[in-house]
This record gives sequence, structure tokens and C-alpha cells, in this order.
Amino acid sequence: MNISKIANLKFFYIKTQKISFFLSIFTLVLFIIGIYWGLYIAPEDYLQGNSYRIMYVHVPAAWLSLQTYIIMAVTGFIALVWKIKIMEITSIQCAPIGAFFTIIALVTGMIWGKPTWGTYWVWDARLTSELILLFLYVGIIVLYSAFNDKRQAVKITSLLAIVGLINIPIIHYSVEWWNTLHQGPTVTKFDKPSAHITMLLPLLYMFIVFNIYFLTVIIKRVRLGIYMREKNNKWMEEYLND
Amino acid sequence: MIKITKRNKKSIIKILVFFFAIASFSTLLIYAFSKNMVYFYTPSQIVNQEAPVNTFIRVGGMVKNESVIRSKNNLKVSFIIHDTEKEINIIYEGILPDLFAEGQGVVMTGKLISDNNFLADEVLAKHDENYMPPEVADMMKNKNMDLYKK
Repeated sequence: MNISKIANLKFFYIKTQKISFFLSIFTLVLFIIGIYWGLYIAPEDYLQGNSYRIMYVHVPAAWLSLQTYIIMAVTGFIALVWKIKIMEITSIQCAPIGAFFTIIALVTGMIWGKPTWGTYWVWDARLTSELILLFLYVGIIVLYSAFNDKRQAVKITSLLAIVGLINIPIIHYSVEWWNTLHQGPTVTKFDKPSAHITMLLPLLYMFIVFNIYFLTVIIKRVRLGIYMREKNNKWMEEYLND
Repeated sequence: MIKITKRNKKSIIKILVFFFAIASFSTLLIYAFSKNMVYFYTPSQIVNQEAPVNTFIRVGGMVKNESVIRSKNNLKVSFIIHDTEKEINIIYEGILPDLFAEGQGVVMTGKLISDNNFLADEVLAKHDENYMPPEVADMMKNKNMDLYKK
């Protein structure tokens, strides 16, 4: 029974070495194109001028902060029920990536907020719930590092991740349920998006790039997680010595 | 591929019960605090006396066209905000954000000093979700003007 699971980790670790290298270069190239598109080719906004361009980083980072959380909770759920090792590793390795996206979204939002709203920070529903998301990520990272038995730790962090899932719809709908200073959704509403097509395309492109970035980093982190768990095992020593 | 054994079923049920317990708890909590989670009141709510008097509150609305009066020798400014139904007067002294303009959305922190006079300590600009290049904005403006003429 155990052999198939270890084989699975081994298979993943060996197969992804080259893939992860090529993905990194691919992501970098796509990212440079996206930044050039967003910062130079896309037109100025009629009201905000150039300062709106921060959305090409802010919006995808905010979306990915939610998406990463959902992935963390779902893989955590699978890990809890079926005890699949690679899912345990994937779930916990999502946390630092998600925290990174959340910090990017909060910081770029603050930089944009100062000239546009007149303040860096307000305690409205959108900003507060996004900050809670950061605390959830940090809580999961801290909780994980507090346990010596990492398989036990993942059980606890997965449960916390699943419970924290409640925050995701709150973040997304906060701008519609309550009066907030943060504006409503531009892209994900039922009628057509309220951004001009020349501004919308680079945004959607950046969203895809951020997704590929996520894929690159999660593969790298899962490999790291496998290494940390299996470094004393025979196959790992054999593989690394080759 | 993935089998659901009896033990799996048990743990799935445990997780779901735990999740829904906490979910319903927080839903009720948010529902109870819903009124306090409102970041600002609208002019209609203030005119209908739904907002508390003599405490610090926030008011949000659109700046009425041709209502902004600036003092010549200091930073005092007064303007009217509306939400297409009701309107209230705002009195403020300080620097206004870049996006502040007639027709724009704003959110103010301050106190109600009478039924529809609001003394603001801070004025923030509220941005909407529309983004477009200046040429498109001009085109839309002209279109609206044409409709207006007809």
C-alpha cells in the first residue's frame, strides 16, 4: 500500500525537474510581454490617467489570492479524507504563495488608493476581508511550523483552510452586499465588463500569466516539500547521487 | 481510482458538519453586524433619519454639478452631494483628493450638525468600476449630449 504512494512522489519529483525549469523561463517571458502591454501599449484612463495601470498587477494578484485559497482548501479536503501524500504537500505549499499574492494585492491597492481615494487604508468590507485572508494564510503557515509531526500538522491546517473558505464569497461579494469605498467588479459581472476592450485584454492576459506563474511556483514548492519529507529515504539519496 | 470507503465517508461527514457549523455561525454573525458593516450612509438614509446624530459617521454620494463653492483665502469648501433622490450640504476645510470633481462619487467622515448639514473631517474620492481611454470617454459624452439635444 505504501509503495504506490512513495512511487507517486518519486514519479512527480523526477518528472517535474525539467518541466519546472522550462516553465520558469516561459513565465518570465510572458510576464515581460504582459507588463509591456499593460504599462506602455494600453491607453490612458480618461479619469485616472496612468495611475490605473497598477490594476494589471493588483487585479490578477487579488484573484489569484482567492483562487490559491480555494485550491489549498480543496487539496486539503482530499488530503484529510484520502490521506494522499502529494495532496497534503500541495495544500500546505499553497499557503506561502497565497500569502504572497494577498500581500501584492494589498500593497498595490494601497499605493493606488493614496492618489485616487486620498488615503492608503480604510476599514471597509472589501479591504478588511482581504486582510483577514492574509491572516488566514499566515495562521496556516505558523500552525504548520508549530508541529513536529508534519502529517499531523497538515490535518490541522487543512481543517483551518476548509473553515476559512467562508471568507472567499465574503471577499468577492463584499462590494455588492455593503456600501464600500472599493469599487464594484469590473470584469466578473453579469452584463458586459465595464472596461474598454483595449484595457480589458491586457488584464485578462495578465490573469493567465499569473495562473502560469502559480503553476510554476506550486510545482517548485511541491518538489521542495517532497524533498523535505523523503530526504532520508533510499530513492531520494539514489536519485540525487546519480 | 478513488474509492470512498466507510472510513472516508465518516471523515467527510465530520468535516462537512464542522464546516457548516462554523459557516452558519459566521453567517449569523455577519447578518447581525450587517448594519455596522456599512462603510457609509447615503443622503436618503440621512434625510430619513436612519443615521445616528452627533457621532462620527460616513456619508457617500455624488457631488452635485455646480454646487462646489470654494473660499478665496483659505481651504474652506462647501458642496452638495446627492444620490439622485435626496441631497445634503457638506462643509469641509482641507485638501481634496485628485479625483474630486463635480459629478464624481465621494465618501466623507464627519458629523451631522443639523438635519441636512454635514461637517466633514475627511473627504475621500470613490472610484467607479469603469475604465476607458479618453477618446472613448469623449465619444460617449458627445453621444449623451446629442441625446440630450433631441
